[in-house]
Amino acid sequence: MDINEIIKPENLVYKKTKLFTEKPLSYCPGCGHGTTHRLILEVIEEMGIVSDTIGIAPVGCAVLAYEFMDIDMQQAAHGRAPALATAVKRLMPNKFVFTYQGDGDLAAIGTAETIHACNRGENITMIFINNGIYGMTGGQMAPTTLPGMKTSTSPFGRDVRIMGNPLKITELLANLPGTYYVTRQAVHTPNAVRKAKKAIRNAFEYQKLNKGVSFVEVVSNCNSGWKMTPNDANKWMEENMFPFYPLGDIKVPQLEKA
Amino acid sequence: MAKVKGAIVIDVERCKGCCVCIPACPQDVIQIVKEVNGKGYQYAFPANHDACTGCINCAIVCPDGVITVYRVKVES
Ligand SMILES: Cc1ncc(C[n+]2csc(CCOP(=O)(O)OP(=O)(O)O)c2C)c(N)n1
Ligand code: SF4
Ligand code: SF4
Ligand code: SF4
Repeated sequence: MDINEIIKPENLVYKKTKLFTEKPLSYCPGCGHGTTHRLILEVIEEMGIVSDTIGIAPVGCAVLAYEFMDIDMQQAAHGRAPALATAVKRLMPNKFVFTYQGDGDLAAIGTAETIHACNRGENITMIFINNGIYGMTGGQMAPTTLPGMKTSTSPFGRDVRIMGNPLKITELLANLPGTYYVTRQAVHTPNAVRKAKKAIRNAFEYQKLNKGVSFVEVVSNCNSGWKMTPNDANKWMEENMFPFYPLGDIKVPQLEKA
Repeated sequence: MAKVKGAIVIDVERCKGCCVCIPACPQDVIQIVKEVNGKGYQYAFPANHDACTGCINCAIVCPDGVITVYRVKVES
């Protein structure tokens, strides 16, 4: 069968969501930020909540997320996305409010905002891109950097005796009473993408219940910062990041007995 | 028996040549060309297009969302 006979509107099975603006993504080739943006937008489109959703962009490589996502968005000072999301949600409790944050943003400079929003149980969704590094500023060590991992500020590898231990902030947040759903995902393979999308969908659905924070970590590559090709970075991530940051649900809602 | 046949269209000017779609394809359809696009990236291309089943794996892992997928059922 001729390829041109297949390429017809009636045979379309997958196309980039219309909720992306026309602007090309500013991310490096192969970076998981783009994939994660798309999954969030697909979920918003499929739930039919385009005009009821407000996103909060971080400081970091995703600082311009509002340029790419054709939805209402604000941009917070570094690490303050959960505080801004708290304000937005409290003023407009019927809106779906989400933050989108890197590990430098969420787990370093914004640790206080993150922990208190999660402990207060704000009815928001938080999407956390963990690439173990400060991507935007040149690959410096982050609290999430693995032991032994080389970064521009730990060129011989993170020595935990001097530089301290990596912070598993997601496990920590799962222990707080204000988080309702906490999960860790990835977006580097087709299967991972399908699971991550389900998790993001769950997170937005749970937001309707007003039971607290729904939190999705995405372990992602920063191939530029790690100084690897995208496919090598994804392999390195599987071999090194996943043992330390295992994928899967960390806290799932206990369904009330009928 | 009904068989499925697929086809992909890559937005070449927006492809960044990251190669993430290549291992995602179970049929080894995609390769990277030697030429570069307007941004200077060597871009992806369905070199083995006849083998495509339209499974959408490549499209859902593409960080830039540049792959569109079509699929038909063919009676044989
Ligand atoms: C108050 C303040 N301090 C520091 C910076 C510099 N800065 C910009 S991005 C960034 C780190 C971002 O890293 P991360 O949140 O992990 O996101 P990524 O770029 O890896 O996606 C820093 C420290 C800033 N913009 N504002
Ligand atoms: S620097 Fe890292 S996190 Fe930022 S866009 Fe590039 S690969 Fe992605
Ligand atoms: S994953 Fe997308 S951007 Fe990367 S090479 Fe394939 S088509 Fe191009
Ligand atoms: S749709 Fe499936 S079979 Fe076709 S190129 Fe993409 S991954 Fe390969």
